Amino acid sequence: MELVCHDSTELRVIEVAESRIDAAVAIQFKDRMRTLSDDGPMRVILDLSRVTFLDSSGLGAVVAAMKQMGSGRRLELAGLTPTVAKVFRLTRMDTVFTIHPDLAPFEAGLGHAR
Amino acid sequence: MLDRSFGFMGTARDHIVGPSGGEKRYHDVFPGDAHSVRAALKSAMRAFREMEIADEQTGVVEIVLAEVLNNVVEHAYAEHGRGVIELDVRREGHRLNFMIRDDGRPMPGGNTPVGRPHDLDVTADDLPEGGFGWYLIRELTQGLTYRRSGNRNDLRFHIPLSARRHD
Repeated sequence: MELVCHDSTELRVIEVAESRIDAAVAIQFKDRMRTLSDDGPMRVILDLSRVTFLDSSGLGAVVAAMKQMGSGRRLELAGLTPTVAKVFRLTRMDTVFTIHPDLAPFEAGLGHAR
Repeated sequence: MLDRSFGFMGTARDHIVGPSGGEKRYHDVFPGDAHSVRAALKSAMRAFREMEIADEQTGVVEIVLAEVLNNVVEHAYAEHGRGVIELDVRREGHRLNFMIRDDGRPMPGGNTPVGRPHDLDVTADDLPEGGFGWYLIRELTQGLTYRRSGNRNDLRFHIPLSARRHD
């Protein structure tokens, strides 16, 4: 499960560098997210633009990742592809998260540091 | 490739695309674990795209199949370790008919779970992390039937391929 961090002073973008968040990797995803949201900027955006498929286990892992964030930290989402967006919409989880169409508004501050 | 070995828990694919009496069929048998389900989904999706099913609808099919197959792994085969899953899909006009069979535990109460939408009007700590599966299956399928015969679970449903949208 490859997750890549891009930090600016106020923001951490966690890019999911995989095409699926499914039952096979849900636990791994949740554990990696715990490590990556332990420190660093308070605002975290999960970049899902490379994820083409997410099942209910993956959805549960994203919700768990949000719940396990330390106090005051926020998890937002960006770049939902069509099938991923459909799962969020059908379960109404799209009403729970702040969802950005893409990372364009944040890119200036992030540079391309990896 | 049709003569692939049917060895223990082997993968037997019988994928027929083309004008075979107007019916197109996809058949696969694979081990009931999360990684095999992932591989099986990938093959099935490739076959459905070859059947010229639109992207939006292959998305629906993938969501439904992932939930159904993960349920078999996580519930039916939860205590057995593993067993095999049989997936059979037939295109019939403007719909895809699905049959999924396994030799695991029966559905609780002998029927498919209801699958209600969650109440999301709760604090973040109380948000649900699971239980979305049957709701998604019921939202996206029609004609859901479940039968237990002997030691076998047999789940059937269909997904319309018309322009009807679900969202």
